[in-house]
Amino acid sequence: MRDALLIAGKDLRRRLRDRSAYIVGIIAPLGLAAIFSFVFNPISDSSFTGTFGVVNNDGGQVAAMFVDQVLGGLADSQKGVTIVSVESEADARARVEAGGDPASNATNGLSAAFVIPTGFSNAVQAGQGTTLAVIGSPVNSTSAAIATAVAEGFADEVSAVNLEVRTYAASGGVVGPSTITDAAAYPSPIAVGDLSAETRRLDDTTTMTVGMAIMFLFFVAQEGVLGLLEERRDGTLARLLAAPISKASILGGKALAAYVLGIASMTVLAVASTLLLHAHWGNPVGVAILILAATFAAVGIMAVVSGFAKTDEQANTYTAIVAIALAIFGGSFFPVSQAGSAVQFLSKFTPHAWFIRGLGDLASGEIAAVVPSALVLVAIGVASSALAVVVVRKVVDR
Amino acid sequence: MDGVLRCEGLTKSFGDLVAVDGVSFHVDQGETYGLLGPNGAGKTTTISMIAGLLTADAGSVIVAGNRVTTRSVAAKAAIGLVPQDLAIYPDLTARENIRFFGKLYRLGSTELVTRTDEVLEIIGLSDRADDRVESYSGGMKRRLNIGIGLLHEPTLLILDEPTVGVDPQSRNAILENVEQLGKRGMAVIYTTHYMEEAERLCDRVGIIDGGRLVAEGTRRELVALVGSNDRIRVRASGNLDAAVERIGRVGSVQQAARTPDGIEVVVEDAGDVIAEILEAAAEAGVAVATVDIDQPDLEDVFLHLTGKALRD
Repeated sequence: MRDALLIAGKDLRRRLRDRSAYIVGIIAPLGLAAIFSFVFNPISDSSFTGTFGVVNNDGGQVAAMFVDQVLGGLADSQKGVTIVSVESEADARARVEAGGDPASNATNGLSAAFVIPTGFSNAVQAGQGTTLAVIGSPVNSTSAAIATAVAEGFADEVSAVNLEVRTYAASGGVVGPSTITDAAAYPSPIAVGDLSAETRRLDDTTTMTVGMAIMFLFFVAQEGVLGLLEERRDGTLARLLAAPISKASILGGKALAAYVLGIASMTVLAVASTLLLHAHWGNPVGVAILILAATFAAVGIMAVVSGFAKTDEQANTYTAIVAIALAIFGGSFFPVSQAGSAVQFLSKFTPHAWFIRGLGDLASGEIAAVVPSALVLVAIGVASSALAVVVVRKVVDR
Repeated sequence: MDGVLRCEGLTKSFGDLVAVDGVSFHVDQGETYGLLGPNGAGKTTTISMIAGLLTADAGSVIVAGNRVTTRSVAAKAAIGLVPQDLAIYPDLTARENIRFFGKLYRLGSTELVTRTDEVLEIIGLSDRADDRVESYSGGMKRRLNIGIGLLHEPTLLILDEPTVGVDPQSRNAILENVEQLGKRGMAVIYTTHYMEEAERLCDRVGIIDGGRLVAEGTRRELVALVGSNDRIRVRASGNLDAAVERIGRVGSVQQAARTPDGIEVVVEDAGDVIAEILEAAAEAGVAVATVDIDQPDLEDVFLHLTGKALRD
């Protein structure tokens, strides 16, 4: 053990001295996470801002309900959303165009607009067809999609009220103006809540950070294990083998250096991304368990892969391919749940997926929730390390 | 003398290639033993087995009473290896390199400090000890490569072609260091394909070719195998016939004859009789202008034994 510690200490000193460890282990994943978060995360949480216009050509009771309750409720629940009244459809169209044009200097541009036609309320109350129009800009497709969803939601609600009123009338009830209002005001008996999203989902910034961190962990682990091939290239492996130490000490020292580098990199990333990117990794104890287990798996896998190479250049290529492939299938770049069933199946064989899943489970607040994922990661680490001992010994004996 | 190294029937093959074929020799304490042979002769494979880097297919190696295998810690502790290729960490300083390997050889903290300073002094790197090795010249790196092998004061030091690619000045410094090591009682194996290095440094030389040790002995013993004598060519003027007659009477002279511009003398060992020959020439009234001595060397021995030149 003493000899392994000596070799690991020497390797760590060399890695830190050549500064590649800082770049691969900290700067690159943190930078990429920040970039991805900035590029792919414009509508997450409360960060969305937009101004929606409404042209109310009707002025009736149902129109008022849409403006006050539906749009007013949207503005209340989303701090960045503003609802403004617009005089005419033409004005609304012009302001939406201006709002979607990055070159426009207009200060009264709109994200999207709703147009309530004349006779809208009467038509709805009479059960006749009418149109609630949405004006959106193709440049600002997210705002248009939100506006359309709001309008469709209101239309569905109106349809439900219509059904209630018809049913009431068919059963002999007397339908008057207040009947519709009362029916609309009556709360829906079924409320749908997104339990999975609320309790087991990482926010987008954290997802990006975690994905990059686990991907670059493999490159950090690769750096350590490649040291063995570098020793052979530089001739120092002969000197180590001629020294009165065991081969296990040499292999152990290399693995230990990779392990320490990996843990240090992940720890710094977790702290830095929390402070700089406001990522939420979760309970530190649970995060630590997952980092230890994931690093163990990463070192084992990278050792196996580099063991099949004959030179350090060859090993660099092999390990880079494996690291990126695992990252893709494991969900470092996109949520696996959005991919096909084949990718979802393959993801179960990647440490990345289990690490991300473990952190997602940890978002529920229970440290014990990480145990299943951590156990899988440890199992991957044990299996790959056992194989690595066989494969890497051949590198030493070659 | 005590035997430090004993190799018996060392054999190693790589596939169909027999790299080392039944090599046996021994090295005593304080002795510098040269393994002389061309590139690919089997020198590095032989010393790799002696150093415990390779497992022999057959035969045995005993160093300081311990059998050498790839796992033999005690035997390896008695060996210092200076590999042919540089085996140092360029991004560490010389002191850090030396200290790292010193710890692997179990030097205590006090001894480590003392020996590190001593070795740095021996290899002439004390003033650059804390500079990174990557900033060193080729010769300085070579000296550090040797210094690490000396650090733990091994019973047997193995130097595998330590002067390959070294400038003449550094080469001379390395050779002087090796001469000193022999005088300090260290057993040294020195592999080289430079005949002049083997002649200068080695008490005994083993000539290796095609994986086989074809001959070994002192320089004189090896030269005797060739059966050649030394030739002394004297360019002179005066009564040359009288001089030839007088020189012919000198004890160990085998033959003396006139040449167009002087005299040629054949002797067993020129060093033993050169003074007597010049004295005889002077007594005959001959004025000597120049004297040249042609001695058979290990190059001639190698050519005689293998039928090819040493650097083929």
